Amino acid sequence: MANGQTGQQPIRQRRVGRSRPIGERLWATAVWVLVGFFILNLAAMIATVIVNSFGTRWFATWLPTGWTGRWYALAWNEFQLSDILLVTVQVVGAVVLLSGLIGVPAAYAMARRDFPGKKAVMLLFLLPLMVPPITYGIPMATVLYQAHLAGSIWGVILANLVPTVPFVVLIMIPFVEQIDPRVEAAARVFGAGIGRMFMQVLVPLLTPGILAAMLLVLVRTVAMFELTFLTSGPTSQTLVVALYYAVFAAGVRPGQSVDAMAVVYMITTMVWLLIALRFVNPTQIVGRAKR
Amino acid sequence: MSSAGMPSLRLRLRNRGLDGVTLLVLPCVLFVVALFVYPFLYGLVLSFQPKDGGPLANYRAFFADPYLYDTIGKTLLIAVPATLLNVVLSVPVAMRVRLMRHQKILTTILVIPITLGTVLVAEGLLTYLGPRGWVNRFLVDFGLISAPIRLVHNYWGVMLSLVISGFPFTFLLTLSYVSGIDPALENAGRMLGARATARFYRIILPLLAPGLAITLALSFVQAFSVFPSAVLLGAPAGPTRVISIAAYQAAFEQYDYSLASAIAMIMALVQIVIVVGLLAARGLVFRGPASGGKG
Repeated sequence: MANGQTGQQPIRQRRVGRSRPIGERLWATAVWVLVGFFILNLAAMIATVIVNSFGTRWFATWLPTGWTGRWYALAWNEFQLSDILLVTVQVVGAVVLLSGLIGVPAAYAMARRDFPGKKAVMLLFLLPLMVPPITYGIPMATVLYQAHLAGSIWGVILANLVPTVPFVVLIMIPFVEQIDPRVEAAARVFGAGIGRMFMQVLVPLLTPGILAAMLLVLVRTVAMFELTFLTSGPTSQTLVVALYYAVFAAGVRPGQSVDAMAVVYMITTMVWLLIALRFVNPTQIVGRAKR
Repeated sequence: MSSAGMPSLRLRLRNRGLDGVTLLVLPCVLFVVALFVYPFLYGLVLSFQPKDGGPLANYRAFFADPYLYDTIGKTLLIAVPATLLNVVLSVPVAMRVRLMRHQKILTTILVIPITLGTVLVAEGLLTYLGPRGWVNRFLVDFGLISAPIRLVHNYWGVMLSLVISGFPFTFLLTLSYVSGIDPALENAGRMLGARATARFYRIILPLLAPGLAITLALSFVQAFSVFPSAVLLGAPAGPTRVISIAAYQAAFEQYDYSLASAIAMIMALVQIVIVVGLLAARGLVFRGPASGGKG
């Protein structure tokens, strides 16, 4: 009995070493099936939107009975998409530019100096990224309405800067830290002031980081629903808010033209996401407050 | 101050890290204070200045009216299962994906629903899960059900939208924490004869616990503040009247900013209680030398 057991032991261990046991392989298969099932549903959901936006009638069949592009023309006119796209471009452009102008110098100071209260400042920058927009958005919208800023495009821009400015700071700190401080010291020795050193030495060295941060801000602002929704008026809606109102008032207009608008929105975000992914890792889009 | 004191003050400040460069952080700090901290404090004060009644009238009104206080329970009933499901699914998937060579393809696919946002996911799911959508068509055609089941404009619609947009978020966070664990530790366990299950519970899980607590906290906070999909995919007057809908209606339909602020403060308080609870639990479960894995 005892002999038999000791005899079995090495055999089993060798099998573990050579190939994985059946249980482990079943488990791996189950995990991949789960991932596949998730991606299948995700793809089918997106395909539903695209198919519906090109379909004439789609009731009791797997696919629409005919194909047409007229929902796009309808959506373009009915939802005044040209105006909405213009507002979106203005808001996103201003947010990207301003968050860079405020965020990058702050990130430089945070990376290079150790000052009293630095931990508190760091916490101050982390909070707008951790607290969900709808929680702080309601008091913020109240303040912006009292300052007569909400409802205008400036209110929307200010609201969107709240999460993006700290986001730029947190993204940029590691990029600044990896630049050798002696490069800056050399520039100072040769007589460059802070402004000149920034523009001629730091910005060129930081270009990859700034590009990554700006693209991430861009993608996040195009898709930022809650803050824009709470602060926008009829003339300052971005694409995602207009899409919300269109879905909310479903039945007023044909569902296919709402889906046509959804496709326009998807193209807008996906183009920028694809560009952004050439410079950043996908995990950076969520990795907002690691450690 | 004497003229001799000036340079020494400047020098002293510089020695403490305060000089022209440090001032660059000021615009950013002022901005966050003006548009994040001040509105929050303003809202807090405003919530104690109700339209009528004593300073606590808003909070009393909230906890006296079931139409209002029920929103906490309804939101938790959606957010807690969704968060737990997302985290429980994320861990095994992240454990597997960490060994994958072409991770970027999968992470790119999974970042798509996050980038598209909840509004688009809600619009897509409305048709996809609807009575004439592909899901019901598949189930009916393959004889799994006799008539289309109702998956939108109720609890399940919101739940599924929280999985579609929440799972990738939870997964990507978990993946970043799992990848931070040194594989040598697990290999050591393997060499000493630990099976996969033992390696996971004895080695990986204790090292993952701190990251998992943060993932749970962030995912929960996201799910708890669900808004667009609760309106578009749920039953915003019934079972999915979540707390953010109550706050929005108070502010923008009744124009009672004071009550809206009070609801927003209650929403923040519930989130803080759960997050602090999770992080405290992490302190209880996770302690000892295992923290030296990888920083």
